[in-house]
Amino acid sequence: MNIDWAALGSVFGVSLVVTVALVGLFTLGIVGLSKQPEPAAQGGSGGSVLLARAGAYVCFGLCAAAVTYGIYLIVA
Amino acid sequence: MEHITLLLAIVIVTALVFDFTNGFHDTANAMATTISTGALRPKTAVAMSAVLNLVGAFLSVEVAKTISGGIINEDGLRTEVIFAALVGAILWNLLTWLVGLPSSSSHALFGGLIGAAVMSAGWSSVNGGTVVTKVLLPAVAAPIVAGLAALLATRLTYRIGGKVRNDAQEKATAKGYRAGQIASAGLVSLAHGTNDAQKTMGIITLALVTGGVLHPGANPPVWVIVCAGTAIALGTYLGGWRIIRTMGSGLTDLKPPQGFAAQTSAATVILASSHLGFSLSTTQSCSGAVMGAGLGRQGGVVRWSTATRMFVAWGLTLPAAGLVGAGAELLTKQGTWGVVVVAALLVVGSGAIWMVSRRKPVGHDDVAPTDVDDEPAGVVTTAIAAVSPPPTTAQAAAQNLMTTIPAPAGTTQDPARPATV
Repeated sequence: MNIDWAALGSVFGVSLVVTVALVGLFTLGIVGLSKQPEPAAQGGSGGSVLLARAGAYVCFGLCAAAVTYGIYLIVA
Repeated sequence: MEHITLLLAIVIVTALVFDFTNGFHDTANAMATTISTGALRPKTAVAMSAVLNLVGAFLSVEVAKTISGGIINEDGLRTEVIFAALVGAILWNLLTWLVGLPSSSSHALFGGLIGAAVMSAGWSSVNGGTVVTKVLLPAVAAPIVAGLAALLATRLTYRIGGKVRNDAQEKATAKGYRAGQIASAGLVSLAHGTNDAQKTMGIITLALVTGGVLHPGANPPVWVIVCAGTAIALGTYLGGWRIIRTMGSGLTDLKPPQGFAAQTSAATVILASSHLGFSLSTTQSCSGAVMGAGLGRQGGVVRWSTATRMFVAWGLTLPAAGLVGAGAELLTKQGTWGVVVVAALLVVGSGAIWMVSRRKPVGHDDVAPTDVDDEPAGVVTTAIAAVSPPPTTAQAAAQNLMTTIPAPAGTTQDPARPATV
């Protein structure tokens, strides 16, 4: 019997890091987008709104890239 | 194709039936949480999963060279043994579906193969070490890995998103989480199509090779790919609502952020494991992720009684399918009449399980979330209706409330009536 602990360990590590990173990114994106209307209504600085929005789109973009990579993994 | 014997035809049909049960057994993996959080309507969810399964079946060019991946010695494997193994796997899949427990279809197939091979050629035909590394260890590791990842991800998402307080924002974010969840669920479906339809193609191809129709090492013919893909897609579209109910709302109550975390964790674990050389079971990963997400939310609970039943089913999968496989092989060994008897028993057994399931049918209406967006308004109007009118109408309103679906419409009319009289 030859258990490939290294492979199991890397599956463990990679899964953990990737899941947490992806969910974190996505949540940041959602929070960034949802915050956007509030300061605008108060007439706050437009710069921070724009920044939050841009950041959110960057987050979503990264998540989309991860999904694309996932599809690539399935196809390859 | 003129060489296809009766036995070979039976094996091909049985393999497709297994593929079909595999489809509706594993719909839950991809779609249970998607349905329970309201990201997709039940019918839409299974339709999407079915299409992706079908696409997945055609995507991968890699041919499943072995059925069992070295668990049993496949040299000189007789067609009858494959048949007996399939019978064990199908019956176990149907039985676990009947009680609504998610269990691994691949493990059921492995169990059937082990049982049939032992009965056919003795214990030496089973590679014990591979059973541990390919079945037991992944079954234990998968829920832990996926569960832990989902737990941490859920914690994180609630910590980051915790600042979002007001209602309108919560609704907006829920929409976002649901969209993300659909993407993760799609990945799981696609991966399932490539892996599991592939497995059936492997079985049919191997049976064709054993039967002398194809030369060894041949790629599966196009009709095999089409049949296998269609069977799994049809099974998926049928929807194993019982298992979806258990996984989506039976283990724990999922909110959109949790559903997203769970599904993302499951998709990541499945993809990471199959590409880093340590395959983890899909079903176990998904169930583990759901439980992890359930524990991750403050005040979230996992119903351990349901979880325990599920663990027991996982433990029983291998031996139970193995026993049936062994029994079937004992009969098929006797010759053609044995094969026919086993086929008849399979039909009768499946029919009996189906009949029992009809007594308490579970359909797509039973898995839909009870708290979709429009429901809170309904509760408020019924509450107002119950307070304002005289006692008699209040009782009627209360009764209406219990009959659920027509409640909002019925009760908004009710208070109007005493006012006009």
